[in-house]
Amino acid sequence: MEQMRKERVDRGLKVRTEGIYAISSYREMAYLLGPRLFFILAVLSLPFILDLAPYWKRVINIMCTYAILAISFDFLANYVGLVCLGGAFFTGIGGYLSAIFNTYLGMPVYLSMPAATLGGAVLCTLLLLPCLPLRGVYFAIVTLMYPLLITRVIEALNIFGGTNGMTGVDSLPNEYVEHYLVILLSLLFLFGMRRFVNQDIGLVLRGVKDNDQSVRASGIDVTSMKVMAVFIASFMGCFSGAYMAHLYMWAGLSLFALDFSIIPIASVVIGGGGTLIGAVIGSFILVPLSELLRAFGTFRIVIYSVALTAFIVFKSEGIMVYLQRKYHQFERWVKI
Amino acid sequence: MIEDEVILSVKNISKTFGGLKALMDVSFDVKRGEVFGIIGPNGSGKTTLINCITGFVKPGSGHVIFKGREITGWKPHRIAHIGIARTFQIMRPYYSLPAYKNLIIPLWSPRAKKIGGWRGGGRHGDRDTVAVDILEEIGFERDSRVPYKIASTLPTGYQKRLELARCIAIRPEIIFCDEVFSGLSMSEIAGMLPLIEKMKMDGMTIIMVEHRLRELFRVAERVMVLNFGEKIAEGRPDTVIEDKRVKEAYLGSEGV
Repeated sequence: MEQMRKERVDRGLKVRTEGIYAISSYREMAYLLGPRLFFILAVLSLPFILDLAPYWKRVINIMCTYAILAISFDFLANYVGLVCLGGAFFTGIGGYLSAIFNTYLGMPVYLSMPAATLGGAVLCTLLLLPCLPLRGVYFAIVTLMYPLLITRVIEALNIFGGTNGMTGVDSLPNEYVEHYLVILLSLLFLFGMRRFVNQDIGLVLRGVKDNDQSVRASGIDVTSMKVMAVFIASFMGCFSGAYMAHLYMWAGLSLFALDFSIIPIASVVIGGGGTLIGAVIGSFILVPLSELLRAFGTFRIVIYSVALTAFIVFKSEGIMVYLQRKYHQFERWVKI
Repeated sequence: MIEDEVILSVKNISKTFGGLKALMDVSFDVKRGEVFGIIGPNGSGKTTLINCITGFVKPGSGHVIFKGREITGWKPHRIAHIGIARTFQIMRPYYSLPAYKNLIIPLWSPRAKKIGGWRGGGRHGDRDTVAVDILEEIGFERDSRVPYKIASTLPTGYQKRLELARCIAIRPEIIFCDEVFSGLSMSEIAGMLPLIEKMKMDGMTIIMVEHRLRELFRVAERVMVLNFGEKIAEGRPDTVIEDKRVKEAYLGSEGV
């Protein structure tokens, strides 16, 4: 019997579109732009499509919030090599800061959100600074512990509304601002980060992940590169938090909930690590799924876990890596 | 005379790891523009010595003086910044990046930006061109696919060259080569030797740690021998190899 094996070959079209010659014909341009434009238009039209189902329109906001958190996790884990288990740390800090700026200092929404995003990013970076020069698992542990620590501090000292949280936070002007603010920013972060990681400075960060000793030996301060990366990631995370505080008109301890750390990681696993867009697609699948399963009560965690496990066992590469392969390559059987 | 200028001076370096004395009172001087070899049996402290000088390990005591400036205990990136580059014995390129993109990282470093001077400048966007130029100098055929391959798929010989290219991209004054010949075939080594000579002609001072003595002696002007963390000989290669203590270290005292 003849032995056969599967061979993967790049499509001719893919090779032709790698250089400047991609703009030589509409077919090549469509090949490059098609998937991107389809994705952007689909996301932008979501609020109109879902006009038929008002409940699901609220889900769009949460989907995009988680998408931003997932981009932040994917960037840190797969491009800088820092595994961050504390998405909740970023959302909590961002949310509480925005609520403080808004209610205590009387800043309007359009000031409190940017201020909380920027201030939160600075604060998170400063708090994480001590574990950045270390290699290994320390960063993951510290990011996991911080949200738990801050929750207990707020409870024990009964500050910022204690267990009841801070109420009376201003809402966003209207429904469409709510939708499009988070949709546009998640698209901006997605395509911005995709560009950033391929810039020279992004390559340096990827170098830190592959081999930090070698980066040091090239005369680059690895710690300051990590500081920059953590600042960017916490900037995105703090925006998510600030946005949620204004969306729910409330900032409470649930902004530090473990969900904000775990679901983004699960999204990246499902979507495909290191693709950034996979992180977005993953959260666009997981968040509605967990809404659908809400009817099952606590049993949904079981279904959720089984689905995740199945994904890790059968398609560990992630949806996006799989799709990209199918799009760019074809397979054929060849004799060995 | 400018040729006799001492560029690097190491004075009484000692280092212990727990109870193990890795280095004991090692001192040597390196003159600008020379090829200096450090040899010794396995575990004699050669790599530890490099680590102490380049800042990856803090020396227990002693001084490292570069161009009259004390650099003992500095952070590795500061030492690289003032012009001391090193390769690693266990080479680890940036696996996920193409070979030429590996050089973007050193070319982005503050030192490379400050010195510039590579053809095409060091300005943004030109680094790719500069990177391919450097790779060509170091023996990657420009028109082949080799410089554009992902680094993890390159053969060992090319990965070693990539390590050297990473060093010369920051235009150092001193390069420490930690066993660049190990694991290479005779023909690959024959291809590497001219590179070392060319680096020397370009004015770099080269300090080589090597096990392949025959090849080292073709390029090195002076060598130093370490055994169990102690310096036992220093001088011209042909005289050093005749030294009784060196023979004992390499062959064991019975064998001589």
